[in-house]
Formats: sequence, structure tokens, C-alpha cells
Amino acid sequence: MDNLLFLMEGIDKSFPGVDALKKCRFELKSGEVRALVGENGAGKSTLMKIAAGVYSKDHGRIFYKGNEVNIPNPRAAQRLGISMVHQELNLMPHLTVAQNIFIGREPVRGARVILDENVLNDKAQEIIDMLHLKLDPRTKVANMSVAKQQMVEIAKALSFNSDVLILDEPTAALAYVEIIELFRIIRQLRDKGVGIIYISHRLEELKQISDHITVMRDGLYVNTVRTQEVTIDQIIKMMVGRVIYESSPEIPENPSQEIVLEVKNLNRGNEIKNVSFSLKRGEILGFAGLMGAGRTEVARAVFGADPFDSGEIIVKGKKVNIKSPSDAVNHDIGYLSEDRKQYGLCLGLDIETNIAFVIISKLTGFFGWIKNIKVYAIVKRIVDKLSIKTPSLNQKAMNLSGGNQQKLVVGKWLAKDTGILLFDEPTRGIDVGAKSEIYRLLNDLVHQGKSIIMISSELPEILRMSHRVVVMCEGRITGELGYGEATQESIMQLATLRNGEKISNN
Amino acid sequence: MNLFVKTEPSTQEKKARADAIQRLMAFGALLIIFIGFSFASPYFFTFRNVIGILISTAVNGLLAIGVTFIIITGGIDLSVGTVMTLSAVMSGVFITYWNLPVPLGIMAGILTGSTAGFFNGILVSKFKLPPFVATLGMLNVARGFSLVITKLSPIYFDLDKSVSSIAMGSILGKIIPGFEIPNAVLIMFGSAIIASLILSKTILGRYTYGIGSNEKAVRLSGVNIVFWKTAIYATAGIFIGLAGVVIAARLNSAQPSLGLGYELEAIAAAVIGGTSLSGGEGSILGTIIGAFIISTLTNGLRILSVPQEWQIVITGFIIISAVYLDILRRGKQS
Repeated sequence: MDNLLFLMEGIDKSFPGVDALKKCRFELKSGEVRALVGENGAGKSTLMKIAAGVYSKDHGRIFYKGNEVNIPNPRAAQRLGISMVHQELNLMPHLTVAQNIFIGREPVRGARVILDENVLNDKAQEIIDMLHLKLDPRTKVANMSVAKQQMVEIAKALSFNSDVLILDEPTAALAYVEIIELFRIIRQLRDKGVGIIYISHRLEELKQISDHITVMRDGLYVNTVRTQEVTIDQIIKMMVGRVIYESSPEIPENPSQEIVLEVKNLNRGNEIKNVSFSLKRGEILGFAGLMGAGRTEVARAVFGADPFDSGEIIVKGKKVNIKSPSDAVNHDIGYLSEDRKQYGLCLGLDIETNIAFVIISKLTGFFGWIKNIKVYAIVKRIVDKLSIKTPSLNQKAMNLSGGNQQKLVVGKWLAKDTGILLFDEPTRGIDVGAKSEIYRLLNDLVHQGKSIIMISSELPEILRMSHRVVVMCEGRITGELGYGEATQESIMQLATLRNGEKISNN
Repeated sequence: MNLFVKTEPSTQEKKARADAIQRLMAFGALLIIFIGFSFASPYFFTFRNVIGILISTAVNGLLAIGVTFIIITGGIDLSVGTVMTLSAVMSGVFITYWNLPVPLGIMAGILTGSTAGFFNGILVSKFKLPPFVATLGMLNVARGFSLVITKLSPIYFDLDKSVSSIAMGSILGKIIPGFEIPNAVLIMFGSAIIASLILSKTILGRYTYGIGSNEKAVRLSGVNIVFWKTAIYATAGIFIGLAGVVIAARLNSAQPSLGLGYELEAIAAAVIGGTSLSGGEGSILGTIIGAFIISTLTNGLRILSVPQEWQIVITGFIIISAVYLDILRRGKQS
């Protein structure tokens, strides 16, 4: 290939416990828009962060304009001409638009240390004008909407005049008009010969803007195709085409028809839009969707951890008023956060203390004296029941494996005998062996008549565990699939379905 | 004329206004305290007493300037008090032990402060120690060195060398007779202006705010965090060293056991002045006003014969309420 601009080959990268990238390959020509797609955790962002110098590769080689290069840090990438707009916003809220765009490259005068604020603002204005944005370079970023902040990020990346521009989910916070504007800018840059890498879950967008699509799965390079030659269905097939867990779905017999939790017309700003669903006794209700679809937001709102604007929550036929997690717990609802280390456990404390937190209020005597023997007995029973592998109950939570930590979190709610459990990514960061134990545990729980909502980004897990699947996209429920109807393809279709502002083909 | 048409201010304008109000609030508080004491006691608002307040603010003001840099980066510096003492001791070593010229002694003091800052910066940026721990260590190292070097006894300056005039003399009084404002006060205001310019006009200042606001974003923008953080700590150290020189001059001696507790007063001044302990926000003007609020209160309460124990209690309440007001303001904004 004559105009090959950027090439990565044989890239390996592992994080503790995970092989994020395995012998990955990626190439980019100048003047093309290359879409990079894959499920959550496929390694897209990791690969691009290596290109942008955020992570360092374990093995592999990177070529830029024909020469092998080494990209140890973000500055090196920028010097070469590679810049990246990250998925999460990376702005300094206390600084102005112009100060954010030019951080690290401030125009200076007088012994190279005095800032020239006028030149800074003029240069920022030039970029803003070029992008047809309505921004004042002197505005503090903290005082702007998220969409505008996103545009500042993009303006910043463009200000480097890079030859390779990586955009990781740039449209996540943008409205229709802004997306059209962004596409105009992307085409303008492409025509100038810039190579653009565009990561997005919104497949219709990719159909519009990209020339080629590269698919990744499980840290592996799968294929690269010409955008014009594939359908969205074919892309989805390539993205999910693995058969690891599909062998043995473990769906127990149908649950009872008694509805234990009903949520009606739940709303909060742009994050939760008119969400309604119901959960039956002894049922696992899967919540599928892409990252940022609003699943965690719904769970946290139901649990009282975040407020909501409007909507009703009905527990066992009675309308309840949940304003805080303690209200939710009193109504028999438990929430197991996706980030168990931050929200689920006191890592520095031992197993007994962690479980005891939820029960000691009922097991205290005179002046709050804790009845240790009773606590011990309960904790011991739970640890045995969950078969948490530990030498003693005095083991610190931080010394347990991910799977055992997750069991410990479950144990807390078991000790309280909570009937409705909201599991948020119950197997994230857990190895395959421990995963199946967690699955068995979930099945045991529903057998005992408990009801579970399971949020998961892993489609095989959703398919294997759920009686019914609710799919969300951008704050809305876009569909509900019964067991048998749900397939990876049907879920992905619903998960990428954008209501509201559908982008027309032009 | 559309005088009667009220235009609704945008949210941006509202937020900008809230920021401005915050800046005025501290100054307003200082003014109220000042006026209150003036009515309460005839001895308060006199030239001599006001000069007294200014002098007593000088050292804490300088320390607070230094600490403001660190707090804006999202860090904390507990070592400023004892580093100040070590700086004073090093000045004493140069001037009295080694009998070198006074200007060299001043340089030694300033350099000591800056060196300690440099090491704090290295520990925090390169070795990733939490600033609280790194500077707590430095607090002890500096205190220990002061005691070791002086063998526990103060270093006095030769009266002939008139070291004390560095702080207590008045250059201004010689230019404008009758306007006898001591040099210490001029040094503090001069430093405040320079520090303000550094924060608002230089790259170092920009990175100070940037790192405090979102360190990761600054790093991803290609800025060498290790270098700049170290530079920020070393720059802050210059003001700490200067405070050491001023306090040595004021006491005409280097007192090795002094210094503990000064760091908390300096942090309090910065916080009362609106510097956010979570980083990214703060100004030297606010810090200086904060330092004045503390020393005016102390002075006024003493004039009203409030026992010293109670002065301390009241200062504590002022700090708590200042920070609580700040939290209320932030809550309204978001």
C-alpha cells in the first residue's frame, strides 16, 4: 500500500489478570476515515491508547509514515502528529476554553515564561471559527454543558494539526446538529489527507462517515471490510461471533407470576427516559445495552442512591417512596455495585466485619454492645453457604480473589435476607471459573424465591442467565425479549437503536 | 430607552457573578471585623495598632502565599512552618557562624526554603508520595536539622549588622517621612504581587491551576508533570524561605524550636481566602485577605482582653464557618 500512514502489528497488552490485546494489527491510510468497532471490552480503546502514548505496549511494532516509532507518552504521540479525543472528558473545569485547548502549548513571550493571553484567545477563536462552533474562548469549562465540553475536546485535538486523529466515542454527548457538524469537520480533514480513526457503538453513524471498518473481538483483530460492502447486521455478526458460553444455558423453570417490583415511567434528565418494567418473584431479569445506555442509572435510582425526576416504584403491590438507599433496604431491595471495591466492601476490614455491618444493628445489646457470638454464627453460616474460599473469617477482604469478593458482597445481602437484588455487572473482572460459581449462586438465589435484576454488558452472560431481557439505549428501554427470542443479534439491534434523533443517510 | 426591560442573566453570567461575590465576601468579612473592633475599642483603629496588625500578618502571609500554590495543585504542605525555621537558621549560620555578608545570608535562607520545596516536589511527583505524607516527613526533617545545626540554642545576630532592619526598618519611611511602614509589610505585599503575577501570567501558574483541576488531563495534553510539579513546589518554597528571613530579622535571631503550628495557620489563611482544598481554585489576593482576617481577629480580641485560650477557640470557629460558607456557595452553583 503506497499511502500507508500508520501501522500497528503484533501488539500485545495485558493488565493484571486480563490479556487486553493479543497480536493485534491495525493500519490506516492517509485521507481515510477508519471505523473501529467491537463489543465492550474488545480492546478498541486500549489499542488506540497505545497509539496515543497513554499505555505502553508489551510487544509489537508501530510504524508511522514508514518508520518504526516508539510512543512512550502522550507528548511523544503529539510530536509525531497523533492526537486522540478520549471517551471520557479530559478537561480542566477551572480553566477557560482557550486555556484548555492550549494546555502544554501556551503562547509565550518575555523569556518564554510569560503567557500571552490575547494570542491564546485569538488562536482559540480561529479554531472555534473553523469548526463553526458557538463558544467564547474566555468561558470557564465548568460553566458549560457536557455537549459543549465535548466540542472543546474535539477542538483541542484538531488544534494539534495532527496527521492521525483518533476519536473515541466522540458523539456520545452530542445532539443531532452537532453530530452533523462534526461529520462535516471530519470530511474536511479527510479531504486534506488526515487519517481519522473513529470508534463508536452507533453503527448507523459508521455507515455514514467511515470508508473502512475494522472489527475487534476479545482483544483480537477480526477483520477489516469496506463500509459500502457490508450491512449493519453483518458488522454485528462479526462483533459478537464467539461461542464461549453459549453451550449450556442454565435457565431454571418459569418463575411465579407474582410481581415483586414494578417501575413505572421513571425519568431523570437525559439519562433515564420513561423507563417502565416489572420483576417477578424468582426471576432473573437481564438488563442489556451498551456502556452509558442508562442501566446503572436506573438501578441506582430504584435503589435511592440517585434522585429521579418522576416515576413510580411499586414493591409487592404497594407504591413506595424511596429517597435514599436506607429506604430501599427497608423495602427489601439490595444493590450490588459494578464497582464492588469502591462501593461494596471495606477492603481493609475482615470478612466477618464486612458482613456484620448489615446485621449488627439487630444484634446489639446494652449500649450498643455487639453480640459477637451470634454475629459470628451468622457470618460463618453465610461463608459456608457461599463457599467463600478463605482460611478464616479474619481474612481481610482485599486479600480475597475477585470472585470471592463478589460472593462476600452477595453474602452481605443474604445476611439481611433481602428479596430483590439488583446486580450491576456481577462478573466484571472475575475469571471464568469464578464466573460459573457466581452463575450458580444467582440460580440458587432465584430458586429460594429471591428476585434478581442483572445488568450485564456481556451478551453471552445475559443470554445464559436471564428469563427475560430488557434492552436499553440512551436512557430508553428499546425492547424486551423473552427467553428464546433473545439472541446476540437481536439484543445488539435493540442496543444500537437510537430513538429520537435518527441520522438520515445522505 | 428600555430601562424597564429586565433581561434575565444567563447561567454563565450568574456563575461568574457568584465567583465575584465569593471574592468580595472575604474582603467584606475583613471590613466588618475591622469596623466592629474599631467601635468596640478606641485603641484598635490607631496607626500604631494597624501597623502592628500588618507586621503580625507578614510572616503568616508569606507562608500562606507559598501554601496557596501547593493547595491549588490539589496538594497540601505541612512543612512550611519548620522549613521557615530551617531557613532562618541557615541565614543565621551564614551571617553569624560564618560571618558572611548579610545579603548572602538572605540568599541562603531563601534558597533553603526553595530546596526543601524542591525535595517535597520530587517526593510528590516522581515518587508519588501523597503530599500529606511527604510534607509531614519534611516537617520533621527540617525541624530536626534546625535543632542539630544550632545544637538547640538560638543563633543571635550581631547588632552591628542590623539584620533586624530587614524586617523592622522602613525604607518607605525614609522616602515619605511619617509613613513608617516596616519593610516586613512591604516584603509581604511585594511577594503577594509577584506570586499573583506568577499564578495568572506565567506557564507555571497555568499548570498550577491545571494540575489541581484535572491532573490526568494535563498529562494527556503532553505536559511533563514531574518537572512542573517540582517547579511549583520549589517556587512555593521561595516564599517560605523569605518568611524565614523575615522572622529571623524580626526576632534578630534564629530560634530553632519555633515553627510548629505555623503551617496550620497558613493553610487556614488560604482556605478562608477561598482556596479550594480539592484544588484548581484559589487566589493570592484571597489568601492575603484570609491572613489579615486571622491576625486582625487575634489582635482585636487581645485588645478587648479576651483570654488567649478563647482567641484560639474563636479562630477555630472562623475557619469552620468560612469553609462551610464556601461549601454552601458551591452547592448552589452545581
